[in-house]
Amino acid sequence: MPDRFISRGFVGKPRPADQAGRLPPGQYLTDGFPVLSAGPTPHISLDRWTFTLEGLVKNKVTWTWAEFLKLPAQRFVVDISCVTKWTKLDTQWEGISVDTLLKQVDLDPKAQFVVAFSHEGYTTNLPLSEVVNGQAFVAYRYDGQPLPPEHGGPARLVVPHLYFWKSAKWVAGLRFVERDQPGFWVSAGYHDHGDPWKEERYSSR
Amino acid sequence: MKPSLDWQIATVRAVRSETPKVKTFTLSLPAWTPHRAGQHYDVRLTAPDGYQTQRSYSIASEPERTGEIDLTIERIETGEVSPYFHDVIVPGDQVEVRGPIGGYFVWQASRPEPLLLVAGGSGVVPLMSMLRHRAAARATGPARLLYSSRTLEDIIYYGELSALQDGQASLGVYHTLTRAQPAAWKGYTRRIDQPMLAEVVRPLGRSAQAYVCGPTLLVESAADALVRLGLNRAQIRTERFGPTNLAQGG
Repeated sequence: MPDRFISRGFVGKPRPADQAGRLPPGQYLTDGFPVLSAGPTPHISLDRWTFTLEGLVKNKVTWTWAEFLKLPAQRFVVDISCVTKWTKLDTQWEGISVDTLLKQVDLDPKAQFVVAFSHEGYTTNLPLSEVVNGQAFVAYRYDGQPLPPEHGGPARLVVPHLYFWKSAKWVAGLRFVERDQPGFWVSAGYHDHGDPWKEERYSSR
Repeated sequence: MKPSLDWQIATVRAVRSETPKVKTFTLSLPAWTPHRAGQHYDVRLTAPDGYQTQRSYSIASEPERTGEIDLTIERIETGEVSPYFHDVIVPGDQVEVRGPIGGYFVWQASRPEPLLLVAGGSGVVPLMSMLRHRAAARATGPARLLYSSRTLEDIIYYGELSALQDGQASLGVYHTLTRAQPAAWKGYTRRIDQPMLAEVVRPLGRSAQAYVCGPTLLVESAADALVRLGLNRAQIRTERFGPTNLAQGG
């Protein structure tokens, strides 16, 4: 490697000390909540909304909205990072931990991966080991309010330790599978895993 | 060697003012690869203390232009990277970039469907790459651009868009000015809404492929209106920028 390239005349904005160590490489902090999605925002009515666990489970389970709200909810305060470079600290969510959901099914030991699928057809792929043990939840409230449609409402998956495209909006369920299956953005050139701290942004083509 | 998304050091060959807030930077790339219209490059700035930050900027130029790309960048007053480009960068400077990136918000001139482009503000940039690509490939399928700006002087590529339209019977360019209009203005004078979209999209028919790019609220309302006008969700590709709590940029 040659000496590191320096951008002539660039110093950058002041970096507050209390945020040190919380900003993954190449990211910048935002106070807003940018909206990223590939198509029109679906407006899903609550009486049609369902959430399903399927695939390598003994019995497929489907909840209606009313049933889902009866599951034990938790509050989550997490930092989130989008591959488009923004990071937002201390976002506040309310929803159901994937651990809680998994208590409702008998998982086949062959299950190694999860496909989160959305009401409008989006899919994203994740290793099973990265959605358990408190690492992921299905959120239906953000900042004390019902989650708005443009941010994935009625409910979205949130996997805060990975780039936010893994946190499927308008999530309709989780499918448990044996082998990894590329999700929507992986098929479009993005990284299969997506760890912001390792800058796993894009697949090497 | 297999093409990869490695960082490379581009040289700024030209800087051109498009509007009071928008400049185009022409970058020569040592490892240029052809992009697809609609894709972007990542830019990485490094300070002497090692601090780095990155942003993504849409490619404005057509893939038929080899060896270099145009990035058209709006100056965001509170930003960190766009003010650097506007205030510091001059021809001859070097910038670290990698790309092209993005596999969904892209269009190729071989696509047979009529093309509908809807832009707000600097959201026109990736759509301009599509129109330049369309012209370079001599595509003749019907295409229409509906473009919302605040004032006449905020319209990016105004002259080139007029010339493209004059040179191609199959292309229609429709402007709307949301804040102020010159005396003899013949275009629209309001934010993009469903009746406006209906007028622009109707001659393209139900099979149009739509690309919508701009501030979040504009994209949300335009994409919703296109769904109500009968386009399938799969026919509408969107790219949004800006936080949701800001008013529509127009």
